[in-house]
Amino acid sequence: MSVAIPPRLRRLMVRVGPFLGLIAVIVLFALPGETRGYFLTFHNFKIIFIQTVIVAIGALGMTLIIISGGIDISVGSTVALASVVGALLIQRGWSTPAVVLATIAAGGLVGLANGAAIAGLRMTPFIITLGTLGVARGAAKWLGDNQTVNYDSSPINGWMTTANPFAYTLPAGVWVALGLAVLTAWMLRCTVLGRHIFALGSNEATARLCGIPTVRLKVLVYVLGGCFTGLAGLFQLARLRQGDPTVAVGLELDIIAAVIIGGASLSGGVGGVLGSMIGALIMSVLRNGSQQMGWPTYFQEIIIGLVIIAAVFIDRLRQGRKA
Amino acid sequence: MLRLDGIRKSFGATQALKGVSLELSRGEVLALIGENGAGKSTLMRILSGACLPDGGAMELDGRPFEPGSPEDARSGGVAMIYQELNLALHLTVQENILLGAESARFGWIDRSASRARAREALAQLGHGAMDLGRQAGACSVAEQQVVEIARALLGRPKVLIMDEPTSSLTQADAERLFSVILRLRSQGVSVIYISHFLEECTRVADRFTVLKDGETVGSGGMREARPGHLLALMTGREVKDLFPKTEHRPGRAVLEVRDASSAPRLRRASLSLRGGEIFGLAGLIGAGRTDLLRTIFGLDRLDAGEVCVVGSPACRSTPRERWRQGVGFMSEDRKEEGLMLNLSLADNLTLAKMPSFGRFGSVSSARQAAAAARWIQVLGIKCRGASQPVGELSGGTQQKIALARLLEHPARIFLLDEPTRGIDVGTKVEIYRLIGELAGSGKAVLVVSSYLPELLGLCDTIGVMSRGELAAVRPRSEWTEAGILRVATGAAISR
Repeated sequence: MSVAIPPRLRRLMVRVGPFLGLIAVIVLFALPGETRGYFLTFHNFKIIFIQTVIVAIGALGMTLIIISGGIDISVGSTVALASVVGALLIQRGWSTPAVVLATIAAGGLVGLANGAAIAGLRMTPFIITLGTLGVARGAAKWLGDNQTVNYDSSPINGWMTTANPFAYTLPAGVWVALGLAVLTAWMLRCTVLGRHIFALGSNEATARLCGIPTVRLKVLVYVLGGCFTGLAGLFQLARLRQGDPTVAVGLELDIIAAVIIGGASLSGGVGGVLGSMIGALIMSVLRNGSQQMGWPTYFQEIIIGLVIIAAVFIDRLRQGRKA
Repeated sequence: MLRLDGIRKSFGATQALKGVSLELSRGEVLALIGENGAGKSTLMRILSGACLPDGGAMELDGRPFEPGSPEDARSGGVAMIYQELNLALHLTVQENILLGAESARFGWIDRSASRARAREALAQLGHGAMDLGRQAGACSVAEQQVVEIARALLGRPKVLIMDEPTSSLTQADAERLFSVILRLRSQGVSVIYISHFLEECTRVADRFTVLKDGETVGSGGMREARPGHLLALMTGREVKDLFPKTEHRPGRAVLEVRDASSAPRLRRASLSLRGGEIFGLAGLIGAGRTDLLRTIFGLDRLDAGEVCVVGSPACRSTPRERWRQGVGFMSEDRKEEGLMLNLSLADNLTLAKMPSFGRFGSVSSARQAAAAARWIQVLGIKCRGASQPVGELSGGTQQKIALARLLEHPARIFLLDEPTRGIDVGTKVEIYRLIGELAGSGKAVLVVSSYLPELLGLCDTIGVMSRGELAAVRPRSEWTEAGILRVATGAAISR
């Protein structure tokens, strides 16, 4: 491929590419007769937003991790673990704020373990988090005694509710995801921590040379990522109204795909929150639309797999061929 | 034998080549000289088939030569040795030489034939005794280069292009490379030799061609050419003094290194660096010069001894603390360590002091950009602006940015590792002047260089390292190139 894309055009592509993708999938599902009447309604988009919350919050953490040059494939298991922890604590009568903090902390602890092993022992993130993927899933099943953890009721259940579908309001989960997205975007762009994360992912040796405490920073990135995952677990709990140790298998793939579709590079140093959020929306719109078209689930899986491959291919185009 | 006439090439709006002509006869070594950005690399990419010209004619042995791909060029008889070596480091020497051209039958490697062919290629270079079974990664850089040349020779090329082949070699290894080139010439192979080092070109080349701004501005016999004339052609102006003299007088000691050791290389090095002093470290590659700088800066572990910045109590520190003490380090490797290529100029300049650009952990990008804009102006950095990614800039410009990071901090003690490696003469002179001015304003500079005229022209004091030890430290006036080499190669160790 000797076609050289001028840098300015390439940057424009990075910026608007995900938007165009989102518009394309929306148009794709708005046109056919089966979905035309319903797809573009507020009600349907409310459902899409609610369906996006878990992937979106997970993608916030993953955005930090991928920009820093790492990867975390233990997210699905950690979500399950956090949701089981949350359900057990509700069972024991903990107050809602305590449950929220404990679920986030559960995710943060898994992140701490990941970060400590990756930064401290200098091991490959993929391998370490592949290990925690098993450990966290096992721990969730152990805590839940290999079955779902049920509880009577909790205010948490209302945070992802699709009851009252025609009211023009959005449940708390959507607002939380939105608020955190703004906060994370600001953090990445305008704080020392954010700029240091970019530096770490762009060139770790330079970061070290410039006096950035790279080990500490890396651990912090995984802890933050873990906290986001824990919170995603809380919303998983709110959605199912029970703690399920077998839930969210393969969720990390949706999340990583969302981040990559959003313009982040798996080699680190590149990425952004806005892109990742649009990436997460693209994934939900695809799921939602395929369901309405009445396509079987295996067909959805194939489509989403192809979208991931396309996203990585576009990432390669964007980076150009480096000699 | 090879003729290029009026070669033109544009990338978007920039015209990289505006009409380059060049001639090469059989068994001749042609030095291709020019500043960075003069179009040498583009020209070589066209010759080696990596890209197509927009216009002009190329002829090889009287027939039109229009390679559409590197494979085309190779089978046509033009092979290229790139500045960055391209070896599979986990494979053996033999496997590397034969990579892509294995002797095989139905997919089975023919071992004895492979061995013979690899051996023959190495013998042609005068390195017939090299161990074929050794891992390429375990070979020295010089040996790796021999392997790379041997691989190119396998295709029996008529023209061999070498891009900055000595940039990572020591003087002794460079000498060996020159004899390899002369050997190839006597076997009828033509060589296009690209280098920034004029004296090297004088050593090996028969003729020269100078490029400037995408055009051929001069060519002729190397024997008759004076360096001053070549420099004038390259830069378009007379370079009177490569090493501008600035008034500076060493004052009080600011950095004390006592018996610093760091595994695996550095052994008991001691030196004292004074404010307003330019202290040069000479030595062969692997002698421990870079290790000494890295150990001083806290990037490598200080196993024994002390490194004290005068005025601060700690005698071993992390890079973070060293920056706070006013020490700045510039890496010899811009791409791998020195810079973050996909991030902006402003980010690269300010990374070591990010927290000072805002309050409560925030960073004001406007203030970052303002700081960057100042250095862009002061140092004459050629770029589109503070937000341009540094990967898009030329080597010399990148080097200025790496140096500006230390200036911005501001550092009092500058540790500079090969500050002029791989950059054009014009920028070199600017960097020399800058170093001189730093010393003039009382800053201390510790500079590592493999280029002896540079050290002799620039420094007040020169220390020579050999096998991990700082073998001799003397004022510049007591050193000659030969004297430095004698100590560096271990021929004479005196204290």
